[in-house]
Amino acid sequence: MNRKLINFISAFFYTLTGLACASLVIIVAIILGNIVVNGISHVTWEFLSTAPKAGMAEGGIFPAIFGTAFLVLLMTIAVVPLGVSTAIYLQIYAPAKSRWVHAVRMAIQNLAGVPSIVFGLFGLGFFIEFMGKGIDKIFLGGELYMGQPAIIWASLTLALLTLPTVVVSTEEALRVIPKAHREVAFSLGATRWQMVRYVILPQAVGGILTGTILAVSRGAGEVAPILFTGAAYYLPYLPTRLNHQFMELGYHVYVMATQSPDVDATLPILYATVLVLLTLTFTLNFTAIIIRSKVRRKLKIGK
Amino acid sequence: MKKPLSEKIIEGFIHISAAMAIVSLVLIFVFIGKEALPMLTSHEVREEVTVTQMVLPQSPEPGEPKEFSWQPVSRVPKYSLMPLFVGTVKVTVVALLFAIPLSIMAALFTSEFAPSWVRESIKPVIELLAGIPSVVLGFFALIVMATYIQNWFNMDFRLNTLTAGIALGLAVIPIVYTVSEDALSAVPQSYREGALALGATPWQTAWRVVLPSAAPGIFAACVLGFGRAIGETMIVLMASGNAPVMDLSIGYPFRSLSATIAAELGEVVRGSGHYHVLFFIGVLLFIFTFLINFSGQLFVDRLKEKMAGTK
Repeated sequence: MNRKLINFISAFFYTLTGLACASLVIIVAIILGNIVVNGISHVTWEFLSTAPKAGMAEGGIFPAIFGTAFLVLLMTIAVVPLGVSTAIYLQIYAPAKSRWVHAVRMAIQNLAGVPSIVFGLFGLGFFIEFMGKGIDKIFLGGELYMGQPAIIWASLTLALLTLPTVVVSTEEALRVIPKAHREVAFSLGATRWQMVRYVILPQAVGGILTGTILAVSRGAGEVAPILFTGAAYYLPYLPTRLNHQFMELGYHVYVMATQSPDVDATLPILYATVLVLLTLTFTLNFTAIIIRSKVRRKLKIGK
Repeated sequence: MKKPLSEKIIEGFIHISAAMAIVSLVLIFVFIGKEALPMLTSHEVREEVTVTQMVLPQSPEPGEPKEFSWQPVSRVPKYSLMPLFVGTVKVTVVALLFAIPLSIMAALFTSEFAPSWVRESIKPVIELLAGIPSVVLGFFALIVMATYIQNWFNMDFRLNTLTAGIALGLAVIPIVYTVSEDALSAVPQSYREGALALGATPWQTAWRVVLPSAAPGIFAACVLGFGRAIGETMIVLMASGNAPVMDLSIGYPFRSLSATIAAELGEVVRGSGHYHVLFFIGVLLFIFTFLINFSGQLFVDRLKEKMAGTK
């Protein structure tokens, strides 16, 4: 091939792929820019601290913020112990390369790929219809108490959805701890659990924290799994019991954007709500990224 | 030394929790399947809707022409899944046509040509995109993108397949980009050095050496992106117009399988034919994404093994 043609194709190829990269950056900038510019003026302390008024056309989003926080708190309580101990099992307890370990890994990867709406169906079919109705039947003689959409069922559904995130992050942190640390602990007479508790876990805190924060960020943004498991458009009270329904930021965005009778009137509030939701998830993601890079750097030095 | 009881309990918990991922997958299948099964077994439900009705064209009244139609709450309920299926495929194709070339080219640029400061700054941008909740992308498509796309392409409908497809593509980009980039970076440096030493230019190296070696991984990236697109709900629910139209044009509104569940399950009577049909759609989505992700994962694993062997 002649030199000129090669140079031309070279430049063309370089520009094309470079443009693809640049356009991704531009797309992200446009989305974020649009939301920040249109939402920022409406985000005030009053907006964050009061309840909606006048059919969502006025007032704030405090109940949705509260509901989201409560929801992800319950989710965290459920998912972190489960995810961390799964990771500990896979990295420390399990015999290496056994079929069972392979199957567990496969299951975790597949769980991460299950569509979120299927989790919603599962939450309804399993947690509400089976668990909730079952509890009511056994303990309350069929009186309706737990067998209805509620914050506990929504948070458990989200816990399953975010389980892979926590497992993967924790595993990554456990994997890089040098094998020698375990051997030293054993040589000093520690039992396996003592080794995990006093040698492994303290070193894995960063990874566990990263996984938890990423899970919270994911959970706070998911709407499909909570559509039928407990989210409500408007509630006059804040959820204080496990069987209460709740308002949630993402769900609030969805309903306001699609079912508002007067979209133009509620648009500023809608933009502001989206901005709050985005700020929440980005702050969480950003914190997770910082912790992760710190942990990685520390581990590199330690080696 | 004997283990104390507390230690035994904790270790028991660790062993049990490892099984939870498998148990969850099985439970998901069993409990969604349980609500979908009356489609096949219950006589009462089968009088209202059968699997044949969901697949083959039906005439709503005797004598009228046969058609594919999804109208579960009309006087004569019609449960054809075909319009939903066509809608899902249509939007997925648009999303992938938008996302895959863009992501792979961007991944190629980052791994092969970009100076390191570009590489370091593009990754957080992709993580930002991945961190945008799908409801926010749906909102953006519905409120902002729809107007522009309608004007640019002179479309009859404000909410159409093109808009929803591009928005869906935005959700697919991070996964395709990340997996492709991993595959490209996993190609041993010696391959590149060998090609360059033989006098190949950087683009020849990228195109003829690096890309073919990473091909299985890039294919897996596309498969995983496909799995993500099929199951995504909120974006499609908000930006598709939700009309179950049996039409292949990208200028028309449509309705997807996932969005149908989200839109209708809230108002359906528990135990009715409609209720069971929605769970049946859920089973289809579950099996479908399961198979897709499973095969995608196999490709990734195989590539990892191959690359580990060459290092």
